[in-house]
Amino acid sequence: MAEFRMPSLGADMEAGTLVEWLVKPGDHVKRGDIVAVVETQKGAIEIETFETGRIEKFLVDLNSKVPVGTPLAEIWAEGEAEPVVAAAAPPVTPAARPLAAPAPLITPSPPVVPSAVGMRASPAARRLAKERHIDLSTVTGSGPAGAIIYADVERLGAAGAAPERKRAPGLDLNAMRVAIAAAMARSKREIPHYYLEHQVDVTACEQWLTAHNTTLPPDNRLLFGALTIKAVALATRRFPAFNGFYRDNKFEPAQAVHIGVAISIRGGGLAAPALHDADRISLDELMASMRDLVQRTRAGRIRGSEMSDPTITVSSLGERGVEALYGVIYPPQVAIVGFGKVVERPWVIDGAIGPRSVVTMTLAADHRVSDGHAGALFLAEIGKLLQEPDKL
Amino acid sequence: MKQETVKAQMIETTYREAAKEAIRDAIKRDERVFLMGEDVGRYGGCYAVSKGLLAEFGPEKIRDTPLSESGFTGAGIGAAMAGMRPIVEVMTVNFSLLALDQILNTAATVRHMSGNQFGVPVVIRMATGAGRQLAAQHSHSLEGWYAHIPGIKVLAPATLEDARGMLWTALEDPDPVLIFENVMLYNMSGTLAADAGPVDIDKAAVRRPGHDISLITYGGSLWKTLEAATSLAAEGIDAEVIDLRSLRPLDDATIMASVAKTRRAVIVDEGWRSGSLAAEIGMRIVEQAFWELDAPIGRVCSEEVPIPYPRHLENASIPQAPKIVAAAKAVLGRA
Repeated sequence: MAEFRMPSLGADMEAGTLVEWLVKPGDHVKRGDIVAVVETQKGAIEIETFETGRIEKFLVDLNSKVPVGTPLAEIWAEGEAEPVVAAAAPPVTPAARPLAAPAPLITPSPPVVPSAVGMRASPAARRLAKERHIDLSTVTGSGPAGAIIYADVERLGAAGAAPERKRAPGLDLNAMRVAIAAAMARSKREIPHYYLEHQVDVTACEQWLTAHNTTLPPDNRLLFGALTIKAVALATRRFPAFNGFYRDNKFEPAQAVHIGVAISIRGGGLAAPALHDADRISLDELMASMRDLVQRTRAGRIRGSEMSDPTITVSSLGERGVEALYGVIYPPQVAIVGFGKVVERPWVIDGAIGPRSVVTMTLAADHRVSDGHAGALFLAEIGKLLQEPDKL
Repeated sequence: MKQETVKAQMIETTYREAAKEAIRDAIKRDERVFLMGEDVGRYGGCYAVSKGLLAEFGPEKIRDTPLSESGFTGAGIGAAMAGMRPIVEVMTVNFSLLALDQILNTAATVRHMSGNQFGVPVVIRMATGAGRQLAAQHSHSLEGWYAHIPGIKVLAPATLEDARGMLWTALEDPDPVLIFENVMLYNMSGTLAADAGPVDIDKAAVRRPGHDISLITYGGSLWKTLEAATSLAAEGIDAEVIDLRSLRPLDDATIMASVAKTRRAVIVDEGWRSGSLAAEIGMRIVEQAFWELDAPIGRVCSEEVPIPYPRHLENASIPQAPKIVAAAKAVLGRA
């Protein structure tokens, strides 16, 4: 038997609220399946299981806020028999006890279903009843043909609980801002950043992209950003000191390369979820993953592993028209690579001046882990990889 | 801005005079402005809006055109592209269909098709609506069709202030603006500030605040709707009346704020029901404010017939205050 636990979705996460099960007891799940949605400061995040087996039972009620590590469900391997009742197995309640005030942060997700056939209730009445946990079958309707309207529910609930804070699941930009503030303040407090800048001729990339994209429908075309992510991913293989985590006063290099892609969110938010195994997948796969990631991030549906996995971050404000950006490292990562806008510049090639497409790359890295010399070689390696886009 | 402390002097006027004053003001403000259309000069306009302007401004500024809507609307569009600020008057919206190709295929598309090299800052005014026994070829309300077209703005001034103030703002707009004047409003009299001037053209207005139901309308139907709201008040129903003013773009924010407050809506639109502007507004309410609703949305539109000539049938074919009252009460379950 395995336990499906509340995962840590970032260095600063202590607890999360279980808001939705996407499976039910008895369902078969395999490693990587999305089984639940957890609400954190970063928004609603889909959680995958690392176990394969059958969901045996749920251990935590919906809308409970529980600490990281709390078992949420039991998953039994195929064919696993009911265990002999453990002698002193304590009930799971201690761990599952809600952390904070019992009032859930968001409204429960089961839709209000009319409990009597033919009951009529307006959308406004249904919404209010749901917010106040009022069973509509207990409400007398005063609307047309006895329909329950807003005022009927309001009257009933007036003496009861105060209306809860309304909040759509998904992105909460205010909470996200708090999370960004905490992570960035911690980064600047703890990480001794050093910064390097390097200009690279990317004319070859532009020419290659133009040729590559000519015959492709718009949905399949590659963007320059895909090349930069791939180049950074490949460069970390030779320079592992930029790929990993700094924890407990030591650097832990990461085996895989999961690139955190900085994605801005309309209305003023920022997330940098992981593009998994960016060094091993093809450019087309990388581009498709990137499109999917951007779309889901902006819709507030990021998977748990994507939040906690990035081993290095790539940020690009290119289209916004700045030529260079100096990143703040997302702890516990140790490096962030920035790409500015691609600009036309006079450039010396073989002793003659000609127009070339040039991009300014920057590196902000953790001086506890690497030094400027290594950083310079790392940036140069990325630049070199970008000279041969067909090999990326 | 400093608050005006002295109350502006008010003058007695009519919708027709306010529309005329708007044209006079525009011609005086900007030498690029001129008026063109059928009978706008010597005859003084089919609804007498431009009566006297030929004598005041001369034939360069007040131009009679041949009876060819497509021709003179196209000329107005060309003049606008070339730098002028023409006001094209079309007698009625029914006749504007002869110029629909110019309006849709040229005026509304040139900015797009020229890659933003050319705009068409033309203003096209026309009469709309029934009630004057002008029968089935002069009485329809097709402004909702025009509100379907991206690339143009569509206005429906219902008050003296808007008849006076929308034209100049429309002329300032870099793209085509259509102004629909309901034929039943021309004789409407009232008071208007002597110094009344330009008004915004992108916001709806709450003409009567209320809590029980939102009555959403525009143009000639505004006054019938306000009359209905008064009748409803006598029965203890507090209706809010929204004057859309702009039919494209629609001011969703004002509509949704009202519906979120009252939780009920009836849309009053002199267009035919099927595929009407009322249908569009109803759908937007469902899309944006479904969870605020306490009742199905109601509509009062024109009957789906050509507008009849006999007065009693004509009146029966378009929205009237008693129909609006009945629709509001039905939504409230008070029928």
